[in-house]
Amino acid sequence: MTALQEWPDQADRHDRGLSETETERQSYLRAGYSLGSWFFTRDHKRIAILYLFAITAFFMIGGAAAALMRLDLLTPAGDLLTNEGYNRAFTIHGVIMVWFFLIPSIPNTFGNFLVPLMIGARDLAFPRLNLLSWYIFVLAGGFTLFVLIAGGVDTGWTFYTPLSSMFSHGNVVLAAVAVFIAGFSSILTGLNFIVTVHKLRCPGMTWDRLPLFVWAIYATSLILVLATPVLSITLVLIAAERLFGLGIFDPKLGGDPLLYQHLFWFYSHPAVYIMVLPALGVVSELVAAAARKPVFGYKFVAGSSIAIAVIGFFVWGHHMFVAGQSMYASAVFSFLSLAVAVPSGIKVYNWAATLYKGHISLDPPFLYGMTFIGLFVVGGLTGLMLAMLAVDVHVHDTYFVVAHFHYIMVGGTVSAFFGALHYWWPKIVGRTYPLVWGRLAAIFIFLGFNLTFFPQFLLGYLGMPRRYHVYAPEFQMLHVLSSAGASLLGLAYLMPLVYLTWSMRYGAPAGDNPWGATGLEWTTPSPPPKHNFDEIPVVDRPPYDYEIEMEGEDG
Amino acid sequence: MSGPLSLWPEQASGYGGEIDLFVIAFTVLIVALSAPVFVVIVLFAAKYRRGRPADREHPQDRNVWLEVSWSIIPFFALIGFFVWSTDLFARLYHPPKDALEIDVVARQWMWKFQHPEGQGEINELHVPTGEPVKLVMASQDVIHSLYIPALRLKQDVVPGRYTVLWFNADKPGTYRLACAEFCGTDHSVMGGSFVIQTPAEYARWLQQSTVDCSLAAQGGALFRGRGCSGCHGPASTVKAPPLEGLFGKPVALEGGATIIADEQYIRDSILLPQKQVAAGYPAIMPTFENVLSEEDVLKIVAYIKSLGPGDLTQ
Repeated sequence: MTALQEWPDQADRHDRGLSETETERQSYLRAGYSLGSWFFTRDHKRIAILYLFAITAFFMIGGAAAALMRLDLLTPAGDLLTNEGYNRAFTIHGVIMVWFFLIPSIPNTFGNFLVPLMIGARDLAFPRLNLLSWYIFVLAGGFTLFVLIAGGVDTGWTFYTPLSSMFSHGNVVLAAVAVFIAGFSSILTGLNFIVTVHKLRCPGMTWDRLPLFVWAIYATSLILVLATPVLSITLVLIAAERLFGLGIFDPKLGGDPLLYQHLFWFYSHPAVYIMVLPALGVVSELVAAAARKPVFGYKFVAGSSIAIAVIGFFVWGHHMFVAGQSMYASAVFSFLSLAVAVPSGIKVYNWAATLYKGHISLDPPFLYGMTFIGLFVVGGLTGLMLAMLAVDVHVHDTYFVVAHFHYIMVGGTVSAFFGALHYWWPKIVGRTYPLVWGRLAAIFIFLGFNLTFFPQFLLGYLGMPRRYHVYAPEFQMLHVLSSAGASLLGLAYLMPLVYLTWSMRYGAPAGDNPWGATGLEWTTPSPPPKHNFDEIPVVDRPPYDYEIEMEGEDG
Repeated sequence: MSGPLSLWPEQASGYGGEIDLFVIAFTVLIVALSAPVFVVIVLFAAKYRRGRPADREHPQDRNVWLEVSWSIIPFFALIGFFVWSTDLFARLYHPPKDALEIDVVARQWMWKFQHPEGQGEINELHVPTGEPVKLVMASQDVIHSLYIPALRLKQDVVPGRYTVLWFNADKPGTYRLACAEFCGTDHSVMGGSFVIQTPAEYARWLQQSTVDCSLAAQGGALFRGRGCSGCHGPASTVKAPPLEGLFGKPVALEGGATIIADEQYIRDSILLPQKQVAAGYPAIMPTFENVLSEEDVLKIVAYIKSLGPGDLTQ
């Protein structure tokens, strides 16, 4: 039962429970204790920690809004919230979760922490710009909180016109300003990663030796830089129409409401890939490390990230099949949406093949990785269902869509986020956490998630529209199931907060490479020193270069 | 907790049945595509668990043909379904010519339906079986979406244009209709019932709903009351295009283009008269944008559609 043992070499350590180890004294965590040393740091690892705090706070606010909604949906009459209150709750849930949690989640925390370590660099290309993007992000977040306190917005995170530009009574302009500002943080971060990957790879770290996580972050950065400006300009146009009555989207002023949808989804569909590509990169790392094997078909997996980023720009019209766009346009978008599934399918099949003849550990990173794959597959395949024109006519704007994108965004991205947290936590803080608790949390997240969102597929096909808090009584049973699942899911999400915090003081020191994984980040001390590498490493082997048996002998 | 647990929606048209069939077939496909992944993960995780003896000789880390085949084969299967679903979808764009036309006006937060004989109803739509019904829909304010789950159909109702939804309902009964596109505060209560009746019941229902005159006649009254007949009437001295027999005919436009005079064209000509000016006529028509509601415009459209050759001279 070695696979279920606690951290293998932990028993040998005499320094368990130490308040501070020698490695820690020399690490980035102890490279300054003042507030200033954190808030004016240019160290990519400290900025990653700053992001981790910020997005955890936003995750909790967005989660609280979701909890309110699930509570309200327990009864068909919607007794808890007013109509207006419910609309504000789902708007704030969407805005915060999309722009202040999902988009920055993996790239800005793990991307920041790991990209330099993985490519053998001492920092990102532009450390000051990196700090600036955090400040811009926090400023945008501050605006969002202000909107919340000032009463909220009721347009949904999609801000469809002319509702948002001419009819809504909420603080639309302020919310748009918040998202507009957050956009600059995205653009600067993307730019930083692109330049870093091009210019700062250590000797021998050729493109075909890049860890798959870096490939994914690179593909994501391309989308961040190319798509975000479109959103920014669209939000400016909404503000212009709302404040100055310029006729852009409102037909009464001579505008076209569908123009808004084209512009919005031209950003927001690629944005889905901003949210999910880094997660795909994380899972490649988790699978390889858990199986102690090279990822099956490295080039296909790396190439599929780029393919997803490129094709992802040409599928936005699949959000508009019933919006009144031309039948021919819909047919083309439907076809391209099927095409984008091919590279995603390649990844999933290749991960499964990676496990073949591996040495698979059932540790938390693996369990989160498998949670991701399972939920991502369900989300992806129901996405194909939605890409089918005739089906979309029925289930568009119903809970079927809600379930589909939560399988991708929450079941996928959030699971990968937790997987990354459990995999690299010993590197980030230098301590190990109790594996049993990690496994339990992973299992509860999987169960809670499915109980929450699977009933929503049924609700959607039954014809329950989204953004409804008053609904027909025959939907109640499924809503109650969903709310019960959400309670379990919420508690499961809080579990890591407890034992990971505990581990920072009481966990055993992790050592450089607690998982026995390949990758330059595992060659540094845990936690790494401020400058990462005493000497810039030289890479002379392919990635995921695990030892493999050729003689049929097994250990 | 009220209401039993239902898992499959009611269905009230042949088209709905075809959608259900498609969904079931497609579900079989996606289960077939994904089941191997789940089975293989569990199997491998058990068989190759770390520390457990197993044959791990010569593991492969690439196989191009295998990878190409598991990208291409599912894709071809998908193409078949794509053709099937696109064919189903295309039918929605070709309403039969003889369909019973009902006008729909959506606004925050109610649905108004206008039957051709002039009967109007709110948040409730009565239709007969055995006859195609075509809904011509306009919005007075924001985007709404008419959703009738029992027909497996929905269509956004977009301000500034007409959108169309047509169906052939065949199972009498009362079903739900709802607004599916988020439209503001009372979005979730902007719904009602969709009543399918036998032709005899429908005829009886039309009789009971008292009205003064048909939709076209109401439009005619507006046409005269709002002064349209002053220019477009036979006695006019102003040079305005004749409207008799116009509907469905090609119109030559200033600038050389030609357009078919459909509902959208007539609406735009009333509300945005400078958009498409008929060739050979001065662009002097004023806009009725702030004078006529979408409902009034639909009535005038019905009136103009009803005009045969020579109707105005009588």
